[in-house]
Amino acid sequence: MDLQGYGQLLLSGLWVTIELALVSLFFGLIIGLCGASARLSASPVARAIATTYTTVVRGIPELLLVLTLYFGGSQLLMWIASMFGYDEYIDVGQFAAAVAALAIAFGAYSTEVFRMAMMDLPKGQWESAAAMGMTPLKTFVRIIMPQVWRLAIPGLGNLFQVLLKDTALVSVVGLNELMRQASVGAANTKQPFDFYLAAALLYLLLTVATTLITGYLERRSKPELRGTRA
Amino acid sequence: MRKVITTACLLVSCLTAPLALAGDKVRIATEGAYAPFNMTDNQGNLIGFDVDIAKALCAEMKADCEIVAQDWDGIIPGLRARKYDAIIASMSITEERLRVVDFSEKYYANMLAFVGPEGKTLDVTKAGLKGKVIGAQRATIAGQYLEDNFGDIVDVKLYDTQDNAYLDLANGRLDGIMSDKFPAYDWLRTDDGKGFEFKGDDLDIDDHIAIAVRKGDKLANKFSAAIKAIRANGKYAEINAKYFPFDIY
Amino acid sequence: MSWEWGVIWEYLPRLLGGAWLTLELVAVSGLLGLALAVPLALARASANPLVRAFPYAYIFFFRGTPLLVQIFLIYYGASQFDAVKESFLWPVLREPYWCAIIAFSMNTAAYTAELIRAAIQAIPKGEIEVSLALGMSKLTMIRRIILPRAAGIVLPGYSNEVLLMLKSSALASTITLLDLTGMARTIIARTYTPLEMFFAAGMVYLAIAAVMILVFRLLERRLNRYQFAKRPS
Repeated sequence: MDLQGYGQLLLSGLWVTIELALVSLFFGLIIGLCGASARLSASPVARAIATTYTTVVRGIPELLLVLTLYFGGSQLLMWIASMFGYDEYIDVGQFAAAVAALAIAFGAYSTEVFRMAMMDLPKGQWESAAAMGMTPLKTFVRIIMPQVWRLAIPGLGNLFQVLLKDTALVSVVGLNELMRQASVGAANTKQPFDFYLAAALLYLLLTVATTLITGYLERRSKPELRGTRA
Repeated sequence: MRKVITTACLLVSCLTAPLALAGDKVRIATEGAYAPFNMTDNQGNLIGFDVDIAKALCAEMKADCEIVAQDWDGIIPGLRARKYDAIIASMSITEERLRVVDFSEKYYANMLAFVGPEGKTLDVTKAGLKGKVIGAQRATIAGQYLEDNFGDIVDVKLYDTQDNAYLDLANGRLDGIMSDKFPAYDWLRTDDGKGFEFKGDDLDIDDHIAIAVRKGDKLANKFSAAIKAIRANGKYAEINAKYFPFDIY
Repeated sequence: MSWEWGVIWEYLPRLLGGAWLTLELVAVSGLLGLALAVPLALARASANPLVRAFPYAYIFFFRGTPLLVQIFLIYYGASQFDAVKESFLWPVLREPYWCAIIAFSMNTAAYTAELIRAAIQAIPKGEIEVSLALGMSKLTMIRRIILPRAAGIVLPGYSNEVLLMLKSSALASTITLLDLTGMARTIIARTYTPLEMFFAAGMVYLAIAAVMILVFRLLERRLNRYQFAKRPS
């Protein structure tokens, strides 16, 4: 495989891909936690909003989501802002639009993962924490979250792998991530097979790394397994 | 508890909407996949006729410019969304585009042409093209001309980049492509273009290539004046000669 | 914000034309993928490590890389080699339609094979022992016990996979096909109304997904009817 000097370009793309995935993961996790809390909340309005969100996002193609936020992101955001009386121009950058699309998609699926994990916890824990005089926030941070986290890790690991692969979609709107740089190399050298194969191998590398990290986090989150090997 | 989460969620929605800082800089978008007018080298730098012209114009205007790459499909929405202030990407002035952006004076004139394999006849008439597979780039003049004039008889294939259309012509997936003449002229001179030739006459569709800016932006006049200046002082001819042995203005 | 309903109505027939291609792509590659997944899963569940190796590598590659890369590898990558262009495969590979079908089928086969393998391994051991005790040949057992049982177990997961495939089919638009997404993008290049067109396309995707979910529910009831049947009292 001769990359004719374009290897550097691929590596720079790989870096953007990693950045994109991690930033989207961060916001996606927060959206997921918010979503799960809303799905389990007592308010029917919150439940309805969260259910609509997960149903719609899980039913439309990620590519469509990327294209919509990219081409219509500013328009959409200004429309929402104008409902709050803010009428200035708002710009959504290329990277921000990509992150928003990926985080929204990730958030819809992680909402379900967190919801399942939260439902697995007996209600008694909230009640006993309250009886001990803990505030709800303290209960959430010190009692609920650590347990939800450990129940959710395997599911979130799978979702992160999906997210990693979805970052390739962003190439369609021109962000210089791995896939886009592979296309540039392919077009300039007329060696598309070499470049797309190189990109595929780099994505495999990321997938393997993710699997290892998820396994490590899973073991660490389970005190009973600490010190054992997978 | 719920309040905390709501606050956190609101905080996130604020963070996810980073506002671009608009300074004095003139940000110019080009596509980077339209040789020889704009392309990307193996260092990721943007080069080509459009880029050279953009730099010459900025020098003429004494403006601080930044040139960014942007996919063709989203190049007008990006301008309207203020991701950059001008498009110098071999864009034709069309009625549809005039509804959403303003243009400077032209900086060159474009013609359309068909390209096909040497030795195979490609009769570029309605009758001759019947049933042929012809490619063009999505959202371009050539693509729309093809759809409007031959859409009913030709199998039109639209590509995200011109490069991909060339790849498919070389691969034999296409009987021909319709594209702008000058980039095709450039491609025919490269190794990849060997074995292909222009088919039929050029189509002069009175197509002026100009710089697009947002509606009402005074930048258009500044660019027009700068174009006139580099035409007069020989800078334009110098750049032109780098790419074509004939004047494309 | 100006929202133009008129544009949606004007172009809806063309969008629906695109939706038809989307359905066709999902149906054809779904069936081909399923046909490919069954032998992969059987080999993957085999006790022989040599037999297991190929499906393992196949599944690892197709699940570990983005579908977009796979499509481009097949569509643009294959044509890098003159040997391919001169072979009998070229009439198929030169068509973007078939490249999309091949990529989607191979991709979904990898995911489906994993589902089927898990289902095969979830069949109670006793049922297999019983069929062996009854003197069934291995082939008969696979055909009459393992696959029908696996089908019932796999269905909920598989319906999920088909929905994911429906969403993935939007990638066909990157290789010149005018599926639902491709059609929307082509229309937008002319009308500059991204939000309206993508919204309309999204609604059509949701409608298709809803119908699919319904069909799978009915199928699930049929295949797993013993679970729904009332016990004779």
